[in-house]
Amino acid sequence: MAGEAIDRKPLLSKKLDKFFTGLADAWSFVKRFFQEVFLPPYEFKEVIHQCYRIGVESLPLISLTGFIVGIVFTNQSRPSLSEFGAASWLPSLISIAVVRAMGPLVTALIAAGKVGSSIGAEIGSMKVTEQIDAMEVSATNPFKFLVVTRVLATTFMIPLLVMYTDFVALMGSFLSVNKNELVSMSTFFVQVFESITFLDVTSSIFKSILFGFTIGIVGCYKGYNSSKGTEGVGRAANAAVVMAMFLIFIEELLVLQIVNAIRGM
Amino acid sequence: MDQRERVVEIRGLEKSFGDLDVLQGVDLDLYREENLVVLGKSGSGKSVLIKIMVGLLRQDAGSMKVFGQEVAALNKKELNALRLKIGFSFQNSALYDSMTVRENLEFPLVRNVKNLTRGEIDRRIEELLDGVGLPQSINQMPSELSGGQKKRIGVARTLILNPEIMLYDEPTAGLDPITCGDINNLILEVRERYKTSSIVITHDLACAKQTGDRMAVLLDGQFKAIGTFEEVFPKATDERVKSFYDYNFINS
Repeated sequence: MAGEAIDRKPLLSKKLDKFFTGLADAWSFVKRFFQEVFLPPYEFKEVIHQCYRIGVESLPLISLTGFIVGIVFTNQSRPSLSEFGAASWLPSLISIAVVRAMGPLVTALIAAGKVGSSIGAEIGSMKVTEQIDAMEVSATNPFKFLVVTRVLATTFMIPLLVMYTDFVALMGSFLSVNKNELVSMSTFFVQVFESITFLDVTSSIFKSILFGFTIGIVGCYKGYNSSKGTEGVGRAANAAVVMAMFLIFIEELLVLQIVNAIRGM
Repeated sequence: MDQRERVVEIRGLEKSFGDLDVLQGVDLDLYREENLVVLGKSGSGKSVLIKIMVGLLRQDAGSMKVFGQEVAALNKKELNALRLKIGFSFQNSALYDSMTVRENLEFPLVRNVKNLTRGEIDRRIEELLDGVGLPQSINQMPSELSGGQKKRIGVARTLILNPEIMLYDEPTAGLDPITCGDINNLILEVRERYKTSSIVITHDLACAKQTGDRMAVLLDGQFKAIGTFEEVFPKATDERVKSFYDYNFINS
Protein backbone atom coordinates (compact mmCIF):
# COMPACT_ATOMS: atom_id res chain seq x y z
CA MET A 1 0.00 0.00 0.00
CA ALA A 2 2.79 2.34 0.97
CA GLY A 3 4.50 1.54 -2.29
CA GLU A 4 1.34 2.47 -4.21
CA ALA A 5 1.21 5.87 -2.51
CA ILE A 6 4.81 6.55 -3.52
CA ASP A 7 4.04 5.61 -7.13
CA ARG A 8 1.01 7.86 -7.31
CA LYS A 9 2.78 11.03 -6.20
CA PRO A 10 4.81 11.70 -9.32
CA LEU A 11 1.76 10.99 -11.50
CA LEU A 12 -0.34 13.50 -9.58
CA SER A 13 2.46 16.01 -9.63
CA LYS A 14 2.91 15.47 -13.38
CA LYS A 15 -0.81 15.97 -13.98
CA LEU A 16 -0.88 19.14 -11.87
CA ASP A 17 2.22 20.37 -13.63
CA LYS A 18 0.61 19.72 -17.01
CA PHE A 19 -2.61 21.42 -15.93
CA PHE A 20 -0.90 24.60 -14.70
CA THR A 21 1.47 24.71 -17.69
CA GLY A 22 -1.55 24.43 -19.97
CA LEU A 23 -3.33 27.17 -18.06
CA ALA A 24 -0.32 29.49 -18.31
CA ASP A 25 0.00 28.67 -21.99
CA ALA A 26 -3.67 29.45 -22.63
CA TRP A 27 -3.36 32.70 -20.69
CA SER A 28 -0.38 33.83 -22.75
CA PHE A 29 -2.37 32.97 -25.92
CA VAL A 30 -5.25 35.21 -24.77
CA LYS A 31 -2.77 37.93 -23.77
CA ARG A 32 -1.15 37.75 -27.20
CA PHE A 33 -4.55 38.20 -28.83
CA PHE A 34 -5.12 41.46 -26.94
CA GLN A 35 -1.60 42.62 -27.78
CA GLU A 36 -1.97 41.91 -31.49
CA VAL A 37 -5.57 42.99 -32.08
CA PHE A 38 -4.80 46.71 -31.84
CA LEU A 39 -1.55 46.64 -33.82
CA PRO A 40 -1.38 47.11 -37.61
CA PRO A 41 -1.56 45.61 -40.17
CA TYR A 42 -5.32 45.07 -39.86
CA GLU A 43 -6.68 42.13 -41.83
CA PHE A 44 -10.12 43.66 -42.52
CA LYS A 45 -10.75 41.58 -45.62
CA GLU A 46 -10.09 38.33 -43.76
CA VAL A 47 -12.28 39.44 -40.81
CA ILE A 48 -15.17 40.08 -43.22
CA HIS A 49 -14.55 36.73 -44.93
CA GLN A 50 -14.62 34.95 -41.56
CA CYS A 51 -17.74 36.88 -40.47
CA TYR A 52 -19.45 35.60 -43.60
CA ARG A 53 -18.31 32.02 -42.96
CA ILE A 54 -19.25 32.05 -39.30
CA GLY A 55 -22.40 34.13 -39.55
CA VAL A 56 -24.10 33.49 -42.86
CA GLU A 57 -23.14 29.84 -43.15
CA SER A 58 -24.53 29.14 -39.67
CA LEU A 59 -27.92 30.68 -40.47
CA PRO A 60 -29.74 27.56 -41.74
CA LEU A 61 -28.82 25.48 -38.69
CA ILE A 62 -29.52 28.33 -36.26
CA SER A 63 -32.86 29.07 -37.94
CA LEU A 64 -34.05 25.51 -37.72
CA THR A 65 -32.88 25.00 -34.15
CA GLY A 66 -34.18 28.35 -32.89
CA PHE A 67 -37.57 27.76 -34.49
CA ILE A 68 -37.91 24.27 -33.02
CA VAL A 69 -36.76 25.46 -29.59
CA GLY A 70 -39.46 28.16 -29.66
CA ILE A 71 -42.21 25.69 -30.55
CA VAL A 72 -41.07 22.94 -28.19
CA PHE A 73 -40.56 25.25 -25.21
CA THR A 74 -43.99 26.80 -25.73
CA ASN A 75 -45.69 23.42 -26.04
CA GLN A 76 -43.88 22.08 -22.98
CA SER A 77 -44.75 25.13 -20.86
CA ARG A 78 -48.42 25.32 -21.84
CA PRO A 79 -49.78 22.41 -19.70
CA SER A 80 -48.15 23.73 -16.50
CA LEU A 81 -49.35 27.29 -17.05
CA SER A 82 -52.83 26.07 -18.07
CA GLU A 83 -53.13 24.21 -14.78
CA PHE A 84 -53.02 27.57 -13.03
CA GLY A 85 -55.14 29.26 -15.70
CA ALA A 86 -52.11 31.28 -16.75
CA ALA A 87 -51.79 30.21 -20.39
CA SER A 88 -52.09 33.87 -21.38
CA TRP A 89 -48.69 34.42 -19.78
CA LEU A 90 -47.02 32.18 -22.34
CA PRO A 91 -45.59 35.05 -24.45
CA SER A 92 -44.07 36.65 -21.33
CA LEU A 93 -42.60 33.41 -20.08
CA ILE A 94 -41.17 32.45 -23.47
CA SER A 95 -39.71 35.89 -24.17
CA ILE A 96 -37.96 36.06 -20.81
CA ALA A 97 -36.62 32.51 -21.13
CA VAL A 98 -35.50 33.00 -24.72
CA VAL A 99 -33.86 36.41 -24.31
CA ARG A 100 -32.26 35.77 -20.92
CA ALA A 101 -30.98 32.25 -21.36
CA MET A 102 -32.13 30.02 -24.17
CA GLY A 103 -31.27 32.20 -27.15
CA PRO A 104 -27.67 32.88 -26.11
CA LEU A 105 -27.12 29.33 -24.80
CA VAL A 106 -28.61 27.47 -27.77
CA THR A 107 -26.77 29.70 -30.27
CA ALA A 108 -23.47 29.44 -28.40
CA LEU A 109 -23.69 25.66 -28.06
CA ILE A 110 -24.51 25.21 -31.74
CA ALA A 111 -21.73 27.62 -32.72
CA ALA A 112 -19.29 25.82 -30.42
CA GLY A 113 -20.11 22.59 -32.25
CA LYS A 114 -20.15 23.98 -35.76
CA VAL A 115 -17.79 26.96 -35.73
CA GLY A 116 -15.47 25.99 -32.84
CA SER A 117 -14.74 22.55 -34.24
CA SER A 118 -14.23 23.93 -37.74
CA ILE A 119 -11.77 26.57 -36.50
CA GLY A 120 -9.92 23.97 -34.39
CA ALA A 121 -9.69 21.52 -37.29
CA GLU A 122 -8.76 24.14 -39.89
CA ILE A 123 -5.98 25.75 -37.87
CA GLY A 124 -4.86 22.35 -36.56
CA SER A 125 -4.55 21.01 -40.08
CA MET A 126 -2.65 24.15 -41.14
CA LYS A 127 -0.31 23.60 -38.21
CA VAL A 128 0.51 19.96 -38.96
CA THR A 129 0.94 20.57 -42.70
CA GLU A 130 3.34 23.47 -42.00
CA GLN A 131 1.05 26.08 -43.58
CA ILE A 132 1.42 28.24 -40.48
CA ASP A 133 5.22 27.99 -40.75
CA ALA A 134 4.92 28.89 -44.44
CA MET A 135 3.07 32.07 -43.49
CA GLU A 136 5.64 32.90 -40.88
CA VAL A 137 8.61 32.50 -43.23
CA SER A 138 6.92 34.72 -45.81
CA ALA A 139 7.01 37.50 -43.19
CA THR A 140 3.28 37.31 -42.49
CA ASN A 141 2.12 37.13 -38.91
CA PRO A 142 0.03 33.92 -38.83
CA PHE A 143 -1.38 34.74 -35.40
CA LYS A 144 -2.83 37.96 -36.73
CA PHE A 145 -4.08 36.45 -39.98
CA LEU A 146 -5.56 33.27 -38.52
CA VAL A 147 -6.29 33.83 -34.84
CA VAL A 148 -7.12 37.53 -34.49
CA THR A 149 -9.43 37.50 -37.52
CA ARG A 150 -11.36 34.42 -36.40
CA VAL A 151 -11.73 35.52 -32.80
CA LEU A 152 -12.96 38.96 -33.92
CA ALA A 153 -15.40 37.31 -36.32
CA THR A 154 -16.90 35.02 -33.67
CA THR A 155 -17.03 37.91 -31.18
CA PHE A 156 -18.93 40.07 -33.70
CA MET A 157 -21.14 37.40 -35.18
CA ILE A 158 -22.35 35.38 -32.18
CA PRO A 159 -24.29 38.36 -30.69
CA LEU A 160 -25.93 38.92 -34.09
CA LEU A 161 -26.75 35.23 -34.36
CA VAL A 162 -28.18 35.30 -30.83
CA MET A 163 -30.51 38.18 -31.75
CA TYR A 164 -31.54 36.26 -34.83
CA THR A 165 -32.13 33.07 -32.80
CA ASP A 166 -34.23 35.05 -30.29
CA PHE A 167 -36.36 36.35 -33.14
CA VAL A 168 -36.75 32.94 -34.80
CA ALA A 169 -37.53 31.22 -31.48
CA LEU A 170 -40.17 33.85 -30.70
CA MET A 171 -41.67 33.34 -34.15
CA GLY A 172 -41.82 29.59 -33.47
CA SER A 173 -43.44 30.30 -30.16
CA PHE A 174 -45.89 32.71 -31.78
CA LEU A 175 -46.97 30.04 -34.25
CA SER A 176 -47.78 27.67 -31.42
CA VAL A 177 -49.54 30.36 -29.33
CA ASN A 178 -51.44 31.61 -32.34
CA LYS A 179 -52.64 28.13 -33.20
CA ASN A 180 -53.69 27.17 -29.67
CA GLU A 181 -54.61 30.42 -27.92
CA LEU A 182 -55.65 32.34 -31.06
CA VAL A 183 -53.43 35.29 -30.09
CA SER A 184 -52.62 37.78 -32.85
CA MET A 185 -49.04 38.68 -33.77
CA SER A 186 -49.31 42.24 -32.45
CA THR A 187 -50.75 41.09 -29.10
CA PHE A 188 -48.07 38.42 -28.82
CA PHE A 189 -45.20 40.82 -29.50
CA VAL A 190 -46.63 43.62 -27.33
CA GLN A 191 -46.62 41.16 -24.45
CA VAL A 192 -43.12 39.99 -25.40
CA PHE A 193 -41.63 43.51 -25.39
CA GLU A 194 -43.47 44.46 -22.18
CA SER A 195 -41.85 41.54 -20.40
CA ILE A 196 -38.27 42.13 -21.51
CA THR A 197 -36.24 44.69 -19.60
CA PHE A 198 -33.25 46.74 -20.73
CA LEU A 199 -31.07 44.64 -18.39
CA ASP A 200 -32.28 41.45 -20.08
CA VAL A 201 -31.20 42.71 -23.46
CA THR A 202 -27.85 44.17 -22.40
CA SER A 203 -26.92 41.12 -20.33
CA SER A 204 -27.87 38.88 -23.24
CA ILE A 205 -25.68 40.89 -25.63
CA PHE A 206 -22.80 40.97 -23.13
CA LYS A 207 -23.08 37.22 -22.61
CA SER A 208 -23.15 36.60 -26.36
CA ILE A 209 -19.99 38.66 -26.87
CA LEU A 210 -18.31 36.59 -24.15
CA PHE A 211 -19.53 33.33 -25.70
CA GLY A 212 -18.36 34.42 -29.14
CA PHE A 213 -14.93 35.33 -27.86
CA THR A 214 -14.70 32.02 -26.00
CA ILE A 215 -15.66 29.93 -29.03
CA GLY A 216 -13.13 31.73 -31.23
CA ILE A 217 -10.22 31.79 -28.82
CA VAL A 218 -10.66 28.16 -27.68
CA GLY A 219 -10.95 26.91 -31.29
CA CYS A 220 -7.86 28.85 -32.32
CA TYR A 221 -5.88 27.86 -29.22
CA LYS A 222 -6.61 24.17 -29.64
CA GLY A 223 -5.86 24.29 -33.38
CA TYR A 224 -2.72 26.36 -32.99
CA ASN A 225 -1.32 23.93 -30.43
CA SER A 226 -2.27 20.72 -32.15
CA SER A 227 0.38 18.15 -32.96
CA LYS A 228 0.81 14.50 -33.92
CA GLY A 229 -0.57 14.67 -37.45
CA THR A 230 -4.15 13.98 -38.43
CA GLU A 231 -4.94 12.39 -35.08
CA GLY A 232 -3.92 15.66 -33.45
CA VAL A 233 -6.23 17.61 -35.77
CA GLY A 234 -9.18 15.43 -34.73
CA ARG A 235 -8.27 15.89 -31.09
CA ALA A 236 -7.95 19.65 -31.53
CA ALA A 237 -11.41 19.88 -33.11
CA ASN A 238 -12.92 17.72 -30.38
CA ALA A 239 -11.17 19.57 -27.55
CA ALA A 240 -12.26 22.90 -29.03
CA VAL A 241 -15.92 21.88 -28.77
CA VAL A 242 -15.72 20.29 -25.34
CA MET A 243 -13.69 23.10 -23.78
CA ALA A 244 -15.81 25.86 -25.36
CA MET A 245 -19.07 24.25 -24.17
CA PHE A 246 -17.70 23.81 -20.67
CA LEU A 247 -16.57 27.45 -20.51
CA ILE A 248 -19.89 28.68 -21.94
CA PHE A 249 -21.79 27.05 -19.06
CA ILE A 250 -19.36 28.50 -16.50
CA GLU A 251 -19.72 31.96 -18.06
CA GLU A 252 -23.51 31.63 -18.13
CA LEU A 253 -23.45 30.88 -14.42
CA LEU A 254 -21.14 33.80 -13.62
CA VAL A 255 -23.09 36.31 -15.73
CA LEU A 256 -26.33 35.10 -14.12
CA GLN A 257 -24.92 35.82 -10.66
CA ILE A 258 -23.82 39.30 -11.73
CA VAL A 259 -27.15 40.11 -13.41
CA ASN A 260 -29.10 38.84 -10.39
CA ALA A 261 -26.96 41.00 -8.13
CA ILE A 262 -27.67 44.03 -10.34
CA ARG A 263 -31.37 43.20 -10.40
CA GLY A 264 -31.40 42.98 -6.60
CA MET A 265 -29.90 46.47 -6.22
CA MET B 1 40.95 29.75 -47.62
CA ASP B 2 37.81 30.04 -49.79
CA GLN B 3 37.50 33.60 -51.13
CA ARG B 4 33.86 33.29 -52.31
CA GLU B 5 31.22 35.41 -50.55
CA ARG B 6 29.59 33.57 -47.68
CA VAL B 7 25.83 34.12 -47.42
CA VAL B 8 25.33 31.71 -44.53
CA GLU B 9 27.83 31.02 -41.80
CA ILE B 10 27.09 28.39 -39.15
CA ARG B 11 29.45 27.87 -36.24
CA GLY B 12 29.16 25.44 -33.33
CA LEU B 13 25.38 25.18 -33.69
CA GLU B 14 23.65 23.06 -31.06
CA LYS B 15 20.01 22.10 -30.72
CA SER B 16 18.33 19.56 -28.48
CA PHE B 17 14.74 18.44 -28.05
CA GLY B 18 14.46 17.10 -24.51
CA ASP B 19 17.14 14.46 -24.11
CA LEU B 20 17.72 14.21 -27.86
CA ASP B 21 20.76 16.17 -29.04
CA VAL B 22 19.91 16.78 -32.69
CA LEU B 23 22.70 19.16 -33.62
CA GLN B 24 25.94 18.87 -31.69
CA GLY B 25 28.09 21.82 -32.65
CA VAL B 26 27.86 21.89 -36.44
CA ASP B 27 29.86 24.23 -38.71
CA LEU B 28 28.80 24.99 -42.28
CA ASP B 29 29.10 27.74 -44.91
CA LEU B 30 26.91 28.49 -47.89
CA TYR B 31 28.49 30.55 -50.66
CA ARG B 32 26.76 32.89 -53.11
CA GLU B 33 25.06 31.09 -56.02
CA GLU B 34 26.07 27.72 -54.64
CA ASN B 35 23.79 24.70 -54.33
CA LEU B 36 24.67 22.95 -51.10
CA VAL B 37 23.03 19.63 -50.35
CA VAL B 38 22.61 18.52 -46.74
CA LEU B 39 22.22 14.77 -46.59
CA GLY B 40 21.30 12.65 -43.64
CA LYS B 41 18.98 10.04 -42.26
CA SER B 42 15.43 10.93 -41.27
CA GLY B 43 15.43 12.65 -37.90
CA SER B 44 19.08 13.63 -38.15
CA GLY B 45 18.33 17.34 -37.78
CA LYS B 46 18.58 18.49 -41.40
CA SER B 47 15.27 20.35 -41.34
CA VAL B 48 16.04 21.73 -37.89
CA LEU B 49 19.11 23.38 -39.38
CA ILE B 50 17.17 25.34 -41.99
CA LYS B 51 14.33 26.12 -39.60
CA ILE B 52 16.86 27.82 -37.33
CA MET B 53 18.05 29.76 -40.38
CA VAL B 54 14.62 31.39 -40.87
CA GLY B 55 13.92 31.82 -37.16
CA LEU B 56 11.24 29.12 -36.90
CA LEU B 57 13.40 27.43 -34.26
CA ARG B 58 16.03 28.86 -31.96
CA GLN B 59 19.40 27.22 -31.37
CA ASP B 60 20.57 26.28 -27.85
CA ALA B 61 24.14 27.38 -28.56
CA GLY B 62 26.38 28.47 -31.40
CA SER B 63 26.00 30.98 -34.17
CA MET B 64 23.84 31.13 -37.30
CA LYS B 65 24.66 34.12 -39.47
CA VAL B 66 22.73 34.88 -42.65
CA PHE B 67 24.08 37.75 -44.74
CA GLY B 68 26.28 38.54 -41.77
CA GLN B 69 23.32 38.92 -39.38
CA GLU B 70 23.03 36.71 -36.31
CA VAL B 71 19.50 35.30 -36.73
CA ALA B 72 18.84 34.73 -33.02
CA ALA B 73 19.75 38.35 -32.22
CA LEU B 74 17.30 39.91 -34.69
CA ASN B 75 14.12 41.61 -33.52
CA LYS B 76 10.79 40.78 -35.15
CA LYS B 77 11.05 43.49 -37.82
CA GLU B 78 14.65 42.61 -38.73
CA LEU B 79 13.80 38.92 -38.83
CA ASN B 80 10.91 39.56 -41.22
CA ALA B 81 13.20 41.65 -43.44
CA LEU B 82 15.67 38.76 -43.50
CA ARG B 83 12.92 36.24 -44.21
CA LEU B 84 12.01 38.16 -47.36
CA LYS B 85 15.46 37.31 -48.71
CA ILE B 86 14.99 33.60 -48.00
CA GLY B 87 12.61 31.30 -49.85
CA PHE B 88 11.55 28.20 -47.95
CA SER B 89 10.11 25.30 -49.94
CA PHE B 90 8.46 22.94 -47.46
CA GLN B 91 8.55 19.15 -47.56
CA ASN B 92 4.79 18.87 -48.11
CA SER B 93 4.67 22.09 -50.13
CA ALA B 94 2.54 23.74 -47.40
CA LEU B 95 0.20 25.32 -49.94
CA TYR B 96 -2.75 27.08 -48.29
CA ASP B 97 -5.62 24.60 -48.70
CA SER B 98 -8.38 27.17 -48.75
CA MET B 99 -6.80 29.31 -51.47
CA THR B 100 -6.41 28.83 -55.22
CA VAL B 101 -2.95 28.67 -56.79
CA ARG B 102 -3.28 32.35 -57.74
CA GLU B 103 -4.19 33.32 -54.16
CA ASN B 104 -1.35 31.19 -52.80
CA LEU B 105 1.16 33.08 -54.92
CA GLU B 106 -0.47 36.44 -54.27
CA PHE B 107 -0.51 36.00 -50.49
CA PRO B 108 3.13 36.82 -49.68
CA LEU B 109 3.36 39.38 -52.49
CA VAL B 110 0.49 41.67 -51.51
CA ARG B 111 1.50 41.56 -47.88
CA ASN B 112 5.11 42.48 -48.41
CA VAL B 113 5.28 44.63 -51.54
CA LYS B 114 3.26 47.82 -51.35
CA ASN B 115 1.55 49.75 -54.15
CA LEU B 116 1.40 46.95 -56.70
CA THR B 117 -1.32 47.22 -59.32
CA ARG B 118 -3.55 44.27 -60.16
CA GLY B 119 -1.82 44.01 -63.54
CA GLU B 120 1.64 43.87 -61.97
CA ILE B 121 0.55 41.16 -59.53
CA ASP B 122 -1.02 39.10 -62.33
CA ARG B 123 2.06 39.50 -64.55
CA ARG B 124 4.36 38.32 -61.75
CA ILE B 125 2.16 35.31 -60.98
CA GLU B 126 1.89 34.31 -64.64
CA GLU B 127 5.63 34.69 -65.16
CA LEU B 128 6.38 32.41 -62.19
CA LEU B 129 3.80 29.82 -63.16
CA ASP B 130 5.33 29.78 -66.64
CA GLY B 131 8.72 29.37 -64.99
CA VAL B 132 7.63 26.24 -63.12
CA GLY B 133 5.72 24.93 -66.16
CA LEU B 134 2.21 25.16 -64.70
CA PRO B 135 0.49 28.22 -66.23
CA GLN B 136 -2.79 26.30 -66.59
CA SER B 137 -3.11 25.63 -62.86
CA ILE B 138 -3.68 29.27 -61.87
CA ASN B 139 -7.29 28.84 -60.76
CA GLN B 140 -6.97 25.33 -59.35
CA MET B 141 -7.15 24.45 -55.68
CA PRO B 142 -4.15 22.66 -54.10
CA SER B 143 -6.29 19.54 -53.62
CA GLU B 144 -6.60 19.28 -57.41
CA LEU B 145 -2.82 19.15 -57.95
CA SER B 146 -0.48 16.14 -57.97
CA GLY B 147 2.45 15.89 -55.53
CA GLY B 148 4.95 17.12 -58.12
CA GLN B 149 2.71 20.01 -59.17
CA LYS B 150 2.30 21.04 -55.55
CA LYS B 151 6.08 21.10 -55.14
CA ARG B 152 6.41 23.31 -58.22
CA ILE B 153 3.73 25.73 -57.02
CA GLY B 154 5.41 25.77 -53.60
CA VAL B 155 8.68 26.76 -55.27
CA ALA B 156 6.89 29.42 -57.36
CA ARG B 157 5.35 30.86 -54.18
CA THR B 158 8.73 31.16 -52.52
CA LEU B 159 10.21 32.79 -55.63
CA ILE B 160 7.56 35.49 -55.81
CA LEU B 161 9.49 37.70 -53.39
CA ASN B 162 12.78 37.30 -55.33
CA PRO B 163 14.71 35.55 -52.56
CA GLU B 164 18.50 35.42 -52.58
CA ILE B 165 18.63 32.11 -50.73
CA MET B 166 16.41 29.11 -51.43
CA LEU B 167 15.90 26.39 -48.86
CA TYR B 168 14.43 23.15 -50.17
CA ASP B 169 13.21 20.74 -47.51
CA GLU B 170 13.10 17.22 -48.98
CA PRO B 171 12.10 18.42 -52.47
CA THR B 172 11.81 14.93 -53.94
CA ALA B 173 10.25 13.10 -50.98
CA GLY B 174 7.29 10.97 -51.99
CA LEU B 175 7.66 11.58 -55.72
CA ASP B 176 8.17 9.10 -58.56
CA PRO B 177 11.64 9.00 -60.21
CA ILE B 178 10.56 10.98 -63.30
CA THR B 179 8.98 13.76 -61.26
CA CYS B 180 12.06 13.72 -58.99
CA GLY B 181 14.17 14.41 -62.07
CA ASP B 182 11.86 17.28 -63.05
CA ILE B 183 12.10 18.81 -59.58
CA ASN B 184 15.89 18.46 -59.63
CA ASN B 185 15.98 20.27 -62.97
CA LEU B 186 13.73 22.96 -61.54
CA ILE B 187 16.16 23.49 -58.64
CA LEU B 188 18.99 23.98 -61.14
CA GLU B 189 16.85 26.29 -63.32
CA VAL B 190 15.95 28.42 -60.31
CA ARG B 191 19.63 28.91 -59.51
CA GLU B 192 20.38 29.76 -63.17
CA ARG B 193 17.50 32.15 -63.63
CA TYR B 194 17.26 33.85 -60.23
CA LYS B 195 20.93 33.63 -59.19
CA THR B 196 20.00 32.13 -55.83
CA SER B 197 22.16 30.30 -53.31
CA SER B 198 20.43 27.14 -52.14
CA ILE B 199 20.45 24.55 -49.42
CA VAL B 200 18.77 21.32 -50.45
CA ILE B 201 17.81 19.01 -47.60
CA THR B 202 17.42 15.45 -48.76
CA HIS B 203 18.23 11.82 -48.15
CA ASP B 204 17.98 11.10 -51.87
CA LEU B 205 21.49 10.67 -53.28
CA ALA B 206 20.32 10.97 -56.90
CA CYS B 207 18.82 14.37 -56.09
CA ALA B 208 22.00 15.34 -54.25
CA LYS B 209 24.24 14.34 -57.13
CA GLN B 210 22.14 16.14 -59.72
CA THR B 211 21.53 19.39 -57.85
CA GLY B 212 24.46 19.88 -55.49
CA ASP B 213 27.77 21.65 -55.98
CA ARG B 214 28.78 20.43 -52.52
CA MET B 215 27.42 17.82 -50.14
CA ALA B 216 27.37 17.89 -46.37
CA VAL B 217 26.53 14.62 -44.63
CA LEU B 218 24.84 15.08 -41.26
CA LEU B 219 24.99 12.01 -39.05
CA ASP B 220 24.57 11.79 -35.29
CA GLY B 221 24.30 15.54 -34.95
CA GLN B 222 27.53 16.35 -36.77
CA PHE B 223 28.74 16.84 -40.34
CA LYS B 224 30.80 13.75 -41.06
CA ALA B 225 31.87 14.85 -44.54
CA ILE B 226 31.68 18.05 -46.59
CA GLY B 227 32.81 18.41 -50.20
CA THR B 228 31.83 17.65 -53.78
CA PHE B 229 29.99 14.41 -54.48
CA GLU B 230 33.21 12.77 -55.67
CA GLU B 231 35.12 13.96 -52.63
CA VAL B 232 32.50 12.78 -50.16
CA PHE B 233 31.12 9.49 -51.41
CA PRO B 234 33.25 7.20 -53.52
CA LYS B 235 36.23 7.82 -51.25
CA ALA B 236 34.30 7.85 -47.99
CA THR B 237 36.28 6.50 -45.07
CA ASP B 238 33.60 6.96 -42.41
CA GLU B 239 31.62 3.74 -42.25
CA ARG B 240 28.28 5.51 -41.77
CA VAL B 241 28.83 7.82 -44.77
CA LYS B 242 29.90 4.79 -46.80
CA SER B 243 26.83 2.81 -45.77
CA PHE B 244 24.65 5.80 -46.62
CA TYR B 245 26.12 5.77 -50.12
CA ASP B 246 25.88 1.99 -50.45
CA TYR B 247 22.27 1.96 -49.28
CA ASN B 248 21.27 4.62 -51.80
CA PHE B 249 23.31 2.98 -54.54
CA ILE B 250 21.73 -0.42 -53.98
CA ASN B 251 18.26 1.08 -53.81
CA SER B 252 18.70 3.14 -56.97
